[in-house]
Amino acid sequence: MVDKKNIIKLKNISFSYPDSYQKGPSLNGTDVKVLNDLSFELNANDKIGMIAPNGSGKTTLLHIIMGLCQPDCGVVELFGEKLTKEKEFALYRPKIGLMFQDSDDQLFNPYVIDDIAFGPLNLGFSQKEALIIAREILSDLGIEDLENSIVHKLSGGQKRLVALATVLAMKPEALLLDEPTAGLDMEVKTRIEGILKNLDIAFLVVAHDFNFLKSISSRIISMTEGKVLMDDQIHIHQHEHIHKYGHDPHTHV
Amino acid sequence: MIENEELAFKDSLIHKINPCIRILLAVLLSFWVALSTDFKFISGCFVLAFVFVFLASITPNDIFKRLKPLFVFLLMIWILLPLTFEGDMVFTVFSFDISRQGIEYCAMITIKSITIILFFMSFVATMTIGVMGHAMQKLNVPQKFVFLLLMTYRYIFVIGEEYQKLFRAAKIRGFVSKTNIHSYKTYAYLAGMLFVRASMRAKRVHQAMICRGFNGQFHTIDKFSLDKLSIIFFIIVLLFMTIYQWLIVKVLIF
Repeated sequence: MVDKKNIIKLKNISFSYPDSYQKGPSLNGTDVKVLNDLSFELNANDKIGMIAPNGSGKTTLLHIIMGLCQPDCGVVELFGEKLTKEKEFALYRPKIGLMFQDSDDQLFNPYVIDDIAFGPLNLGFSQKEALIIAREILSDLGIEDLENSIVHKLSGGQKRLVALATVLAMKPEALLLDEPTAGLDMEVKTRIEGILKNLDIAFLVVAHDFNFLKSISSRIISMTEGKVLMDDQIHIHQHEHIHKYGHDPHTHV
Repeated sequence: MIENEELAFKDSLIHKINPCIRILLAVLLSFWVALSTDFKFISGCFVLAFVFVFLASITPNDIFKRLKPLFVFLLMIWILLPLTFEGDMVFTVFSFDISRQGIEYCAMITIKSITIILFFMSFVATMTIGVMGHAMQKLNVPQKFVFLLLMTYRYIFVIGEEYQKLFRAAKIRGFVSKTNIHSYKTYAYLAGMLFVRASMRAKRVHQAMICRGFNGQFHTIDKFSLDKLSIIFFIIVLLFMTIYQWLIVKVLIF
């Protein structure tokens, strides 16, 4: 029996893009490490929010967890199993739902219902079961009326909700959401907030919206210089003053 | 034309027929007409095609709009073929001989091509590309083709939008297309960026698919059931065609 308590465990992960000399600010020729000796854990029932500046490696972190890119060194453990090969990751991926930043990347079927049923069908559910699951998720999220809509005709907010539905249809044990509220209006934001509050699975949500993260998560972490800062290292709070780095989470000594 | 798919959202007898049957009929009838060399038979099919278009409640305006590109092609054939086809001379235009066989051949091509387009217009254009993809999948068309079609249908708008975005970005900074190296360069950059973005998107889409357990098998939900109306329609059309063909052969013999 797999130890359920620990879902994701990253130990001493380092990662740099092969062409990082073009991306990073370093001019002295050394590789810029996107992730540098990073360790992170997500346990069952953890509701973690992450707020960190652009380019700090949040998306890379999520992709490392899913095995979409290989770390230069370090250990990725999902559900207590050490994973290195693509085949091993393929086994555990369906248990962790990753929602991409751009919903157009996630939704590739012409119709909403096909897209939501895609995951369950891949998991080996029958046509009927997949359809039942898909409809269930749609009604859970309150978007039943989109069932037969054509994806490219949906609005940005609708696409985001459908993308969330496609991930939830896999019945994952943990969720990784990459900026789920970016570019959305208040109404859809509140809706996603409500959905996440009612979920009983662990999640890691990356966002730039402090209030949103505060309302859905039990703790908020950050990243800097390729490392995760746990909440005892940072004290995120809101305050209004003119500040050079006012947009980024920061510490006041 | 794909953008609004206006013909697909009408309500008529043809729209009620199972999409698989419709695709089958369109392909079968088209081959039947294309392979026939008998003028009477083809003219009959020409009339039949109009009946189908009428049944699909497509307006003459829509028909004409969709036939326009074909007319350009036919015009070229009408100019070239009578001049170049060998046969009996009918008359001479500016010392060029016009052959009877050439004119006949042109007429045949014209009627055949219009008929086939009308078949496809009434049977296939009356469904969305998405439905068509699923129907093709049900008809056991190789997965890769269906997948390609559905993905193209989904992403052609996204890529189109991306092009619009890039072009707008150029425009708001005062780009006006002229005949100079700057314009050519800008267009080349736009095209290049579009390729880069498309390939990056393809990578992300693939990653998203992998995350949802994609392993090469493309599953979709079955949507259509074979109802009585579709089967009866299929049989009636084929029966009609067979009898008609048989009658024409008979008439020709006697």
